[in-house]
Amino acid sequence: MPAMNALVQPATAAATTLAPSAPARAKVVAENVNVHYGEKHALKNVSVNIPERSVMAFIGPSGCGKSTFLRCINRMNDTIPSARVTGRIEIDDLDIYDKSLDVVQLRARVGMVFQKPNPFPKSVYENVAYGPRIHGMARSKTDLDDIVISSLKRASLWEEVKDRLSDPGTRLSGGQQQRLCIARAIAVGPEVILMDEPCSALDPNAAARIEELIDELRQNFTIIIVTHSIKQAARVSQRTAFFHLGSLVEEGPTEMIFTTPQDRRTQDYITGRFG
Amino acid sequence: MTDTTLPGVRSIDLGTDAARARVKARYRAETRFRFYGLAAIAITTIFLVVVLSDIIVKGLPAFTQHVLVMKITVDAAEIDANGIRNPGDIRAADFQALVRNALRAEFPDARDRTQRRQLDSILSTGASDALRDRVVADPSLIGQTIDVPVLLSSDADLYFKGAGTPIVRTAGLGTATPSGTSGEIEITSTSRDFANTLSLVKQALTTRARAERTEADRLQALSGRAATRKIELEAALSSARTANDPDRIALLERQIAAEGEEATSLGARARELFDSVAELEARYKNTSAPEALNDRAASLLIAINRGVMKVTEVSANSVKGEVFLPLASAAPAGPNSWQVVSYVTPEGSRRLNDRIVTWLEALKANGEVRRRFNWRFFTSGDSREPELAGIRGALVGSALTLFVTLALCVPLGVAGAIYLEEFAPKNRFTEIIEVNINNLAAVPSIVFGLLGLAVFLNFFGLPRSAPVVGGLVLALLVLPTIIIASRAALRAVPPSIKEAALGVGASHQQAVFHHVLPLAMPGIMTGTIIGMAHALGETAPLLMIGMVAFIVETPSSITDAATVLPVQIYLWSDLPEAGFQAKTAAAIMVLLVFLFVMNGAAIILRRQFERRW
Repeated sequence: MPAMNALVQPATAAATTLAPSAPARAKVVAENVNVHYGEKHALKNVSVNIPERSVMAFIGPSGCGKSTFLRCINRMNDTIPSARVTGRIEIDDLDIYDKSLDVVQLRARVGMVFQKPNPFPKSVYENVAYGPRIHGMARSKTDLDDIVISSLKRASLWEEVKDRLSDPGTRLSGGQQQRLCIARAIAVGPEVILMDEPCSALDPNAAARIEELIDELRQNFTIIIVTHSIKQAARVSQRTAFFHLGSLVEEGPTEMIFTTPQDRRTQDYITGRFG
Repeated sequence: MTDTTLPGVRSIDLGTDAARARVKARYRAETRFRFYGLAAIAITTIFLVVVLSDIIVKGLPAFTQHVLVMKITVDAAEIDANGIRNPGDIRAADFQALVRNALRAEFPDARDRTQRRQLDSILSTGASDALRDRVVADPSLIGQTIDVPVLLSSDADLYFKGAGTPIVRTAGLGTATPSGTSGEIEITSTSRDFANTLSLVKQALTTRARAERTEADRLQALSGRAATRKIELEAALSSARTANDPDRIALLERQIAAEGEEATSLGARARELFDSVAELEARYKNTSAPEALNDRAASLLIAINRGVMKVTEVSANSVKGEVFLPLASAAPAGPNSWQVVSYVTPEGSRRLNDRIVTWLEALKANGEVRRRFNWRFFTSGDSREPELAGIRGALVGSALTLFVTLALCVPLGVAGAIYLEEFAPKNRFTEIIEVNINNLAAVPSIVFGLLGLAVFLNFFGLPRSAPVVGGLVLALLVLPTIIIASRAALRAVPPSIKEAALGVGASHQQAVFHHVLPLAMPGIMTGTIIGMAHALGETAPLLMIGMVAFIVETPSSITDAATVLPVQIYLWSDLPEAGFQAKTAAAIMVLLVFLFVMNGAAIILRRQFERRW
């Protein structure tokens, strides 16, 4: 593991000192991940460890491969016929690209929140209940109600929607819709939550609430967030990875990346010289 | 402006004449385009209005029909001779005779066979249906006298709908005295009531005389020319005789004989015509001599003493003719108490003769003729008699055919669309399938008819003219439409919905069936309904599989012989009877109503279930 870290960033010692108090066990381990979209080499030799119960931010200019890498972690790239993924990604020492692994079960363990809020055009209740229902998580109606209510509460949406559970999810405001999507993701009890620019379509107030929520959720989940906002990365994440032109340039504790970046490109990006 | 711009960067100078001209040209082009658009819409609207109003004007009369409400005594001896009230016997009884007799009783003057047949002809062959139904339903009516609607024949019906003749009535000025009450009589007026008619007839004589004189002159000229040729030929003959040429002599003799014959016959015909002209002119000059009437001019009748006489010969103050409706008495009728009636359309140009028109007018005057809604049009099948023909058989046939089409098309089409859109690997094979589906949508429908004939009838031996085969053929026809529409609807569902479902751990199939398909359903249904509307209006392929037969029975299953609405329209439009013209237009109206309803349903579905993301 140290050898691998050395490939991307030399500040391993600093990272351990700045990590949260609990010993940071690696939840997701990626080794030499390459992604090709047809002829295009979109992601080059990415290796990274993502610690448990923390927020990891992927930053970088557009088209740098950060979303591509994120979508490798729940194998969402499988839905793109031309995509080809090589390398190794493990979650809890389980190879997720193993042939015998059921991708549907993987996606239940690795939830995802998308850039644009995409609630199902169904009721608020149905949006949250859909996942638990197809996975047979609830034995009874009250059981399902419990899951829905606790998910909405954890997504800090309950107070706003408790009287309108049968309203269409699409009628909520943008920020509420995004929190509904988060509630929907956590309803199936995932271990990892992937967030692909979750605040980019929201106004600053709604974005702030999502950020607060992310901070709360990290108690229970491993969160990986792709963001275009450097400030957001600084606010919500414990560790940050900087991607550029398909390569992972630098990865480390957020504070360190923002104060003493090792790579010139990272520094340029953070100080706003490009991106 | 130019001096402030960067080198190599051009800017638009709006101040020049060229720029102003460009703006003007753009405005002109936009105005022109708007005008073209409006003109196109106006022309389309005019055509649509003309077509629709023509169909409605022609078709509306078919939704009503005329009946005679008659008092009919249900004679037990005729209906139930053995008195056991057996429903089968009653049903089979000759109710038509009862109706005919009731009508004859109203016009006792129609005694000879021809007149009786004419009287019968104003009744439909289904005239007694209402009576039969009532008596079968309630046998206690036997022996009673009841009011029953009796259906008129198509010609009589059309007469009352305005296809008859204008009728002009003028009150008599003098006192008219009939010479009898029935048969051939003469009516003499104290005034010159018929002088106008007489002078009109005389004028017609001069017109005819002039035409005949022209013809006679022409014939005489031809005859003269033949005579001249004969003289020339005779001269040639005498020279041939001197030359002693036997062949030529024989030929010339034959020709002379032919020319002589022609000259004589033409001359005779011309003389005949001249005689006729002379006679006509003599008749014309003798202004007071009586004249006979013919069927090439308006018919003249005299309504007097509650009877009607048809005038056959007219003079200035008296008329002779045949009594159509017997007079109540031969008493003299004072001024204004009798009428000269003229049926303006000449009898020769009408479908109904003067006697039948007189009867119909008498029935109308009695208040026995009623116009009512033509339920029969919706409750009976096809018939050779326009007044009995209905669209029920065709409607049921269409419904059964569409049922088969729908049952095949929706599962196949939607399943095919889902597979191709969501699951099929994108390779050469699926590409070929796609191209073929798109091409199939453009294949002329008659080709599908031929395919149905070859495969379903000849190879599989399915029954001819059956809705099951029609439905199969139409299913082939609309399947591509439905697949294309369904695929478009599936593609229109935003991928974010599917991603969301995949993101919470739904399988691909679950994502499609739980989320994508429900959202695509309105589009799929719209495509299906429009495909069905297309199938409903389709004629050509059904002609090929024999659904074009004359079928009276309403089909009761998908293997019975049947026809469909558009084919029924095609069949009726081919028939010569005037009554079927209105039926054709009315059936078109019904078909259009169904098409409008289906397209309306498609629009409502689209509006109602359209989701916003």
